[in-house]
Amino acid sequence: MELFRYQEPIGFMKQSKRFSMLSVAVVFISLVLLFTKGFNYGIDFAGGTLIQVKYDGNAPLKDVRDRLNQTKKYKGASVTYFGSDDEIVIRTKSSSQVVGEDVGDEIRTLLKDSGKFEVRRVDMVGPKIGNELKEKGLMAMLLAIIGILIYVSFRFEWRFALASVMALIHDVTIAMGAIVLFDIEVNLDILAALLTILGYSLNDTIIVFDRIREGVRDIKSPDLGNIINESVTRTLSRTTLTSLTTFLVVLTLYLFGGEIIKGFSFTLLVGVIVGTYSSIFVASPILLWLGFDVQGFRAKEAAKLKREKEKEKMRAMYEQGTI
Amino acid sequence: MEAGVAQFLPLIILFAIFYFLIIRPQQQQQKKHQEMLSSLKKGDKIVTTGGLMAEIVKAEEDFIKIKLNDSVIVKLDRAFVSKKLNSEMKTLNYRVVIFISALIFGIVFSIPSLMQSEGGKKITLGLDLQGGLHMLLGIKTQEAVKSRIKSIAATLKYMLDDNEIIYDELKIDDESISFELLDDEDVARVNKLIKEEIKGIVLKNSGLKYIVDMTPKEIILTKKSAILQAVDTIRNRLDQFGLAEPTVAKQGEDKILVEVPGVKTPEQEQRIRELIARAAHLQMMAVDEDRAARVESMSPNEAKKYGDVILEDVKSHQKYLLRQIPILDGSMLTDARVGFDKNNQPVINFTLNGEGGRIFGDFSGKSVGKRMAVVLDNKVYSAPVIRERIGGGRGQISGNFTVEEAHDVAIALRSGALLAPVFVMEKRSVGPSLGADSIKASSIALILGFVLVVLFMILYYGMAGLIADVALVGNLFLILAIMSLFGATLTLPGMAGIVLTVGMAVDANVIISERIRELLHDKNSIAKSIERGYSNAFTAIWDANVTTLIAAVVLYVYGTGPIKGFALTMSIGIMASMLTAILGTHGIYQWILPKIDSERFNFWFGIKS
Repeated sequence: MELFRYQEPIGFMKQSKRFSMLSVAVVFISLVLLFTKGFNYGIDFAGGTLIQVKYDGNAPLKDVRDRLNQTKKYKGASVTYFGSDDEIVIRTKSSSQVVGEDVGDEIRTLLKDSGKFEVRRVDMVGPKIGNELKEKGLMAMLLAIIGILIYVSFRFEWRFALASVMALIHDVTIAMGAIVLFDIEVNLDILAALLTILGYSLNDTIIVFDRIREGVRDIKSPDLGNIINESVTRTLSRTTLTSLTTFLVVLTLYLFGGEIIKGFSFTLLVGVIVGTYSSIFVASPILLWLGFDVQGFRAKEAAKLKREKEKEKMRAMYEQGTI
Repeated sequence: MEAGVAQFLPLIILFAIFYFLIIRPQQQQQKKHQEMLSSLKKGDKIVTTGGLMAEIVKAEEDFIKIKLNDSVIVKLDRAFVSKKLNSEMKTLNYRVVIFISALIFGIVFSIPSLMQSEGGKKITLGLDLQGGLHMLLGIKTQEAVKSRIKSIAATLKYMLDDNEIIYDELKIDDESISFELLDDEDVARVNKLIKEEIKGIVLKNSGLKYIVDMTPKEIILTKKSAILQAVDTIRNRLDQFGLAEPTVAKQGEDKILVEVPGVKTPEQEQRIRELIARAAHLQMMAVDEDRAARVESMSPNEAKKYGDVILEDVKSHQKYLLRQIPILDGSMLTDARVGFDKNNQPVINFTLNGEGGRIFGDFSGKSVGKRMAVVLDNKVYSAPVIRERIGGGRGQISGNFTVEEAHDVAIALRSGALLAPVFVMEKRSVGPSLGADSIKASSIALILGFVLVVLFMILYYGMAGLIADVALVGNLFLILAIMSLFGATLTLPGMAGIVLTVGMAVDANVIISERIRELLHDKNSIAKSIERGYSNAFTAIWDANVTTLIAAVVLYVYGTGPIKGFALTMSIGIMASMLTAILGTHGIYQWILPKIDSERFNFWFGIKS
């Protein structure tokens, strides 16, 4: 089977204005969402307690709420179904430092006669840890980006590095926007998903850039736009196929992986789509606008080659003793 | 610092393996090829990159003259000589050999984990998959400093009394001790005594007034040792509790990580938490019989003035007035066991060491007719009247115990007291049924995702897809084997990492297959298309994987708990995929090259023509 067969370059760069308008708009909306509504931080970052309770049969949601509201400490705790009708999750802002007696124990006593149930999970994070995790998360994100910038500048050129990082920021911002829009609770696993998107989207971009780098050397046309068009078209088949397999796998994770990793796999789903889009329609146009100098690059490469040849010649002459 | 290096160890070792398996052979192969090219001479039989077989007629500097058959002689660029034909043709190449050994390695070492057999190194399931308790504890080290100052005060008091020095107003305020001498002739003697007997303090005196502080160094040392002692004590207690393989480790500067797998019920978990938190500070204290009658009306401050302290009974909450400095404490205890008294109530029998026994004996001998309180964690358990001298250094704590409680208190007493109280910073507990559900769900996702990708690859690429699938299976086994060998922990995000790796590992083969197809479309020979396809695709795959690896390693270093697991499986997966997807499939192609039929492109590469 062959879905894409290379015939001639598709004029992606001609359309780049339109796509960039779209990207700018979506990034803008995401930023607005991030700064107005903001993240719905889960207990990992905000601190608090989460208790997952599974009942035999339907969970008495109202009864649980009433029982909690009767106490001072747990008034206004959020109680929601979790995945199915017999499982609920209770979230409260309070956490306790006492090792011997904790929120989980108290809630267990409160719910004692509400039916036959099993407490399946109690997560409690103190406020201090939450801040520490937030700092560490941001640090990880920054470090990853810096590491990638350095590596790509080293292997390609600084404009490639800048373009790929801008595409990355584009992807992560949109993924964050989607997280806010769909009100997904931000915990450690979401951070992991965002970092995975970072890696994945970059993977995609690098494959395209590698082809452009090859194109700069081999394609006769000196026009960067043409080179990019041809390179992007030639990698189109691979880009879509890999995205498709990754998408398939993440989709099965989302559908069958269980309630706990739903947020994680959802974020990845968004990331795969945006990452694929950006490697074609965002990263390459940025490279074009940054004014990558094809002639200059070729001249530099040629000079480098010449230097190497000369060195070799010199060495050969030394070795033969003819100097 | 050592821990810092150690946490990178798996990655470093992986990189080393990787270097020796891929990068070095590749370099050596290139070197060999270069040597072969420069050593070509007349009469050698060669195969060109285009697949032609020929004999060299004359070797010139850049071009060589070759003879295709008896009548055709052509010039060929030296760089396009693919290989020299030796008398024997190798069918098995080094790539396939490495791949097959990697596959065998993978299968052998993942068997213990897959079969859950007894022997062999296995992957440990994370607490989120097998259920258990994870806690990050903080320590109130300031309390350890306070108790250290108290014990310095006790030593000081004993020393002054022992040397019959008269003093007044020996007091402890926060972190310093103050007292006043009554006779200036004692000053020199006291200075000398304190300097000789008590270390780690700063002594300030003006006239007869003395202030004793701990040195900053001593404070830091006390805090540090409190943390280490807490780690040891908690580990001891959990080891004795009887659950399999609890982990207790110092994390960062001042935190303790506690992980207890296999906790069955919330009630059991609560018991474990109580065991951890118990201070287990046992004291024998004398009742201040002179003022005991007034205890009900006395304020704590008034009691302090007399050097006394008011404590309550654990059951009846009756108040006792006790001398502040204890007769002896739990540090002189050698053993504590659960027993039963004559009413068949659980009690704890304890044994004191030699010194404790002597002090206990002397005190009881001197104090017949008076009361002595057994105090555990600032609660009075009993305060019997001493009838006679008690020798042998044995005692009993009786109180409101259930059997379980008595069992736990005995463990805590045996493991020693916690110098500083601990508090919870983070706690995660997962019931065993939820863990089992998570395993089931993520396994279904893994299998389903895997099957989908495998089928898709065969459907799209034909035999080339099947070869990629073989590499994918090898990749999965390798991940499992490497994780088993390191005894790594598989968490739920780790499972997600493996699932994701499946999606991304085929990427390398997609890139390669696309390159091969391109070259085939351009009417290149099969052998050339495969060789050039691999070399063209290599830089792209390399750069893409290295950048993804950078993200994964950062995640591993900065991640905590389950996230570390995700980063670990991702990193291993990426590196393993370089071995299986690049080297392995290349080897397979070279191996079966003679069998690839140029008439059946659709079957082999999924393309027409």
